[in-house]
Amino acid sequence: MLETLGHLPIGWLLIAPLAAAGFFAFYSGRTQIGALSIGSSISARLHSQPNYHGYFLTFCTVLPVAVVFGLYLLFADSFARGTLLSELPDYLTQRGEAQIAFFMDRVSEHAQAQTSAPTGNTLFDASVERFATLIGLARAVAFGSAIIAGTLGFRWGRKQLSRDFAARNYVERTITALLFICAAIAILTTIGIVLSLIFETVRFFSLPGGPGVFEFLFGTNWNAQTGQDFGAVPLFFGTLMIALLAMLVAVPVGLFSAIYLSEYASPKFRNWAKPALELLAGIPTVVYGFFAATLIAPLVRGSAQWINGLPFTPDTLLAAQPTSALAAGLVMGVMIIPFVSSLSDDVISAVPQVLRDGALAMGATRSEMIKQVVLPAAFPGIVAAILLAVSRAIGETMIVVMAAGGRALITLDPSSDITTVTYQIVSLLTGDTAFDSARTVSAFALGFVLFGITLLFNIIALRVVQRYREAYE
Amino acid sequence: MSEPHISPAITPAERLRRRRNAERRFKLYGQIAICTAIGFLAILLLSIGFKASSAFSRHMVELSLEQTEFSAASDVKVTDVNLAVRDRLLEIFPEAATDRAHRADLFAITTRLAVLPLRDRLRAKRDTSDMPVTARLALSDDLDLYLKNDIRRHQSAIIGDAGRLSRTESGLYRLTDAGPDGFVSFQDQVQAMQDAPQDILISLADAWFELREVSGAVLVLSHLAGPLPTLGEQSSAPISATYLNSLSENRRVSLRQIAILLHLLDRGDVSRRFNTSLFTNADSTYPELAGAAAALIGSLFTMLVTALFALPVGVLAAVYLEEFARKSRLTSIIEVNINNLAAVPSIIFGLLGAAVFLNAFGLPRSVPLVGGLVLGLLVLPTIIIASRAALRSVPPSVRDAALGLGASPTQTVFHHVLPLAAPGILTGAIIAMARALGETAPLLLIGMVAFISEVPSAPNDEATVLPVLIYKWFSGAERAWEPMTAAVIILLLTALVTMNLVAVILRRRFERRW
Repeated sequence: MLETLGHLPIGWLLIAPLAAAGFFAFYSGRTQIGALSIGSSISARLHSQPNYHGYFLTFCTVLPVAVVFGLYLLFADSFARGTLLSELPDYLTQRGEAQIAFFMDRVSEHAQAQTSAPTGNTLFDASVERFATLIGLARAVAFGSAIIAGTLGFRWGRKQLSRDFAARNYVERTITALLFICAAIAILTTIGIVLSLIFETVRFFSLPGGPGVFEFLFGTNWNAQTGQDFGAVPLFFGTLMIALLAMLVAVPVGLFSAIYLSEYASPKFRNWAKPALELLAGIPTVVYGFFAATLIAPLVRGSAQWINGLPFTPDTLLAAQPTSALAAGLVMGVMIIPFVSSLSDDVISAVPQVLRDGALAMGATRSEMIKQVVLPAAFPGIVAAILLAVSRAIGETMIVVMAAGGRALITLDPSSDITTVTYQIVSLLTGDTAFDSARTVSAFALGFVLFGITLLFNIIALRVVQRYREAYE
Repeated sequence: MSEPHISPAITPAERLRRRRNAERRFKLYGQIAICTAIGFLAILLLSIGFKASSAFSRHMVELSLEQTEFSAASDVKVTDVNLAVRDRLLEIFPEAATDRAHRADLFAITTRLAVLPLRDRLRAKRDTSDMPVTARLALSDDLDLYLKNDIRRHQSAIIGDAGRLSRTESGLYRLTDAGPDGFVSFQDQVQAMQDAPQDILISLADAWFELREVSGAVLVLSHLAGPLPTLGEQSSAPISATYLNSLSENRRVSLRQIAILLHLLDRGDVSRRFNTSLFTNADSTYPELAGAAAALIGSLFTMLVTALFALPVGVLAAVYLEEFARKSRLTSIIEVNINNLAAVPSIIFGLLGAAVFLNAFGLPRSVPLVGGLVLGLLVLPTIIIASRAALRSVPPSVRDAALGLGASPTQTVFHHVLPLAAPGILTGAIIAMARALGETAPLLLIGMVAFISEVPSAPNDEATVLPVLIYKWFSGAERAWEPMTAAVIILLLTALVTMNLVAVILRRRFERRW
């Protein structure tokens, strides 16, 4: 009996009774208060409308049940694993943590699958059976306490209902609390990011074979896949180089597009060209990566080979690799164009019309007005836009993964393949489950650096934008 | 800045001309910039569309199998069907039966698993009437590509009216022309091509030969495929030569396979059809059998989880911040935090998912549930910001009116403000979901790159999503993956454009100007 219960899929078992109890409580609360006020004008006599009494009773019933289920979800698995572990024979438990965790994962997987045939390994099958029984036990306890908690809550709530009972106030307070929790999730995400990055980074630097902080930040040898060299300077270099190449494309094109669209273009052209530019922002980065690797990278390689073949250049001047920093940088620049242009467009449009009119009235041409009045006035905002774009370029992943290559080199040759922080994070963490090797954990240290730098850029940029906005409002 | 100091030599008219030129140049820079950006967009879309176009169709070979080959229809195995297919191929190409290398070439025109749809069809229909079954099998990827691209380079010419075929001791064949001039002009042509050698196939009646040597009136040939005409007799069919314009070393398809293909084409057994398996099959190691169905469903489940998590939380958080929160330190921290979170690189969210959901909570890898939650956290700030903007655009008079009539703040928000802001919120939410649908990097870190050969049936089954499938197919070694990848990109872009169009239409239809 317990074993069958342990095998059942849990999702619906939790949600269905919760929903049923909620509906029941709502209708019973509403009818109860409705019955109280029969024969009189409801709105005149009741403090709160019948619906609010229903909601109140729903909260009284559902919240305790949800708490019980939450506790079950948190603790059931570790309870079953702990109990099973204490019952396993000694020769198994002495095998080391990783082995036991693997064994437990397989047991729990088999216990959850409803149609798993016995494997033939007696110990394993017995473990699966025992595990299912333990989970079943935990579920039985959870359902029992959920029923008790729900009933108690329901009965307590029913006792509160009366004509003068301020159900609405309680319901609204609960709703406000719920809203606050939702807003706090954003904070929790940040805390989760910061904590997990710090935790793993500290672990990385305290690993026995791991590097010191100084070696990580200033070492020039990176060979994390096979060796134990964790000098990340080539990664930082590659990231900055590709970001720089991207900005060389994105800043002039984006800025001039924004100027043209906001100062010269007819409304008709603007209505047509702006969405087209924004379309560039809506294309997934993996598509850009494909474009970079299949069309731009061969072009870059071909041109590099052509330059090598010129009579006055040495034959090995450029590396002419099939994947290159230039290909990734160019396409990343295209990706960032709409970013630069829409942000610059905003700040340029925010420059007061009076300044423009003044400049034109003094006899300036349009371009003189833009160069000498509008751009200086919009300068801080444009700098902020560029900073945001740089932070975007540094954090971009798929384009570099697909088109930049993976060799940790420090070279100024744009046709050479080069690696970045994001590329290394992906290649270190893809397809690996173990969180205990220096290799995997080093990805978190890289992530920490990446997070720190982009956060710095964002904070500065947001500050500048805010100041600037205040100056003109 | 444009005219730092004016030298006295310049006349006012000259100065005006320079200023006008500067004006024109400046405007031109702007036009060039816009054209560059839009040109890139056009090149990107065109190049991908062009690459994808060939993947939407594929070549299939049609064979009619005798049903009696299969004993129990309900339990047909892949091997049984394959045996039947091979028997049928050997019936068409009897010459392959004796030669191992020849047989290997012949059987390699389709992969073993190409019979899967046929097997399922056979299993489904219980009654094994002895009608022959038509097997429609996908050609192997290299042959398919050869038929799509390289076959256009073939050139054929008639080089003789009739010939007499005889066999030599070494297993080769000698073809002599009955015509007056033998193969003299053909020989001249072959000689002329000495600089750029290429493979030449000779066909006589239904048989295909490889040209080994030309010497005057005699061609030395080796037989590749197709039934031989009667030896020693004067055949009345014309002799034609097919120039392949390529050499075996540079091809991924053997000469014999080309001959087999040409013979099948002559028989009308090979046809180009719409590539349905792209939409119905799950991933496969063979490009010709692979499809995006599993990734499509995986994307659907992931988006479902994302929407179920991020929409309510995001909208409610926005309601709190915009309508309920008092100005306090905490709320201003939350606000700054949300703005910064929106600009955190997506890969950081992948690290968060790997460390928290996989490592700390012990959730399984590669499942849409975890992927959806990670993407939910990723788009949460976007949804909050869009929802706040929508809530802010509802004029305060609406709130004042509701409050003035005695509604509580909660009633005001949920009965009046939120419904009025709903179109704006929905528009923002759809755009955020479109971003989540195209996101790749964080999903790589939580293991959604695993090879999944089955369509997932629940959010906690192992699955992959469309963008990750693009990345995976892109990394595949075979040439055929490239058009397939482009085809999936077209699928993904279509979905994204549709979502964005819906958002635009919603905004146009329901937007209210107050």
